[in-house]
Amino acid sequence: MRLTKVGVTRAALVAGAVVALEVLCRLGTIPRATMIPPSEMLAALWQILKSGRADADIAFTIVNMLAAIAVSVVFGFWLGAMLHALPRARRVFEPLLSAYYAVPVFIFYPLLIVAFGVGRTALIVMGAMFGIVAMIVNTMIGLDRVPRVIGRTATVMRLDPIRRLLLMRLPAAAPHLVTGIKLAVAYSVIGIVAGEFILATAGIGKRIAFGYQDFDNKTMYGMLLLLLLLVTAVNGALSRWEKRLHHRFGRQ
Amino acid sequence: MKPQHYDAALLVAGFLVCWQLLYMLVGPEVVSPPVDTIMRAVALLRTGDFWHDAASTGAAFAYACAIAIAGGLVFGLVVGLSRFAAEVADPILGTVYSIPKITLYPIILLIFGLSPAAQIAFGVIHGIFPVAIFTMNAVRNVAPVHRRTAKALRLSPWATIATVLAPAAIPEILSGVRIGIAVTLLGILIGELFASSSGIGYALIRATERHNVVDIFALTLLLFLFAVGINALLHAGERRVCHQI
Repeated sequence: MRLTKVGVTRAALVAGAVVALEVLCRLGTIPRATMIPPSEMLAALWQILKSGRADADIAFTIVNMLAAIAVSVVFGFWLGAMLHALPRARRVFEPLLSAYYAVPVFIFYPLLIVAFGVGRTALIVMGAMFGIVAMIVNTMIGLDRVPRVIGRTATVMRLDPIRRLLLMRLPAAAPHLVTGIKLAVAYSVIGIVAGEFILATAGIGKRIAFGYQDFDNKTMYGMLLLLLLLVTAVNGALSRWEKRLHHRFGRQ
Repeated sequence: MKPQHYDAALLVAGFLVCWQLLYMLVGPEVVSPPVDTIMRAVALLRTGDFWHDAASTGAAFAYACAIAIAGGLVFGLVVGLSRFAAEVADPILGTVYSIPKITLYPIILLIFGLSPAAQIAFGVIHGIFPVAIFTMNAVRNVAPVHRRTAKALRLSPWATIATVLAPAAIPEILSGVRIGIAVTLLGILIGELFASSSGIGYALIRATERHNVVDIFALTLLLFLFAVGINALLHAGERRVCHQI
């Protein structure tokens, strides 16, 4: 990574905030019952990972996340491409899609529990419900902005509709699709972790909620840190990928 | 009938038909039929308990929105005016915005205790980031020629903000406020579902624990209509303001 003034300031700001938190916790300004110092969070996380007692929960959450993300991205892409191809249907669904995230989708979780029981399926469906619409909308935006010359080239090459979509328009729409994937990942993760928090049998979210209820701050903050690191790493990687694609294809 | 009204009617009718079919497919143990649900929702609207919960949720929602919007606007304006500060803050805000904030709720509960203050704080940490991010970008995206004009006219900083920056940035800021309000509602309801002693979210989780399917569906329907109504109102307001500018 290049060292720039902006980058250095940002790193200093984040480091400063962590150090300030550490000092405030050590001095007791923030009581231990509320928050443990960041260094102890890290130690707690290390302990948890080394002992392996949370491995099953971590695997449970990660598998659910991957499943929900896969469902959102794959089905979101096909639904988006279908709606793009059918303008009449698109006009009908447009208001629903644009207002979708104004509705707290999470209120449907109790319905999913009734339908699927408490467990993996309800969580995955919840995660997919959070993520899929971001993918649908961004797929449509991406396909809208494919230059017309690409469609004409496909016609000249006599590609069938599926190849036309996968070989020509998909790469041309790639920057927006990556934006869709990034949002679908973020939303799916929120849906799954929130579901684990409220009502679930296992998972990272469940561990954090349990730690809170048991006044077990070490487990709670250790797992919290794990989740934050995981989300930040994935989000950072996707953002960089998105930036690179936007750069290569030029922002339209 | 205008075409978009026809489309909306088609959407609602299709939704109700799918709902009824789903009910006929899986039965009353899992899905409550549309007619019963609507009747139950209307009955709920006539009970004192419901309005007690609604008042509790509504008050927390109103406070959280006020704090999130005010805080986000001030932060976004101040940071957005400096190019350097905005570049430093942008990825940090983006990362914080994308983390599942539900994980932070236990921390907020440890700080504020199980109280309305905790719910409000939780709503605020949902809503403040989109407002701040949109405001910051709106101010950054104001065309340089506008700023230079303000400078050439020797406007005071206050006059620059009031007569040049605000009108140029307001459409984008309003989108941020609309999104902020929507996620604040999400935050308040998730908070109530996880741990609270009153509110619509609390009523919903009680109904879930009792496996009261009709109540779950009726409450979900009412919340859904409330959220859609708020969004439609904000959209209409946004269009009017943008039209005037």
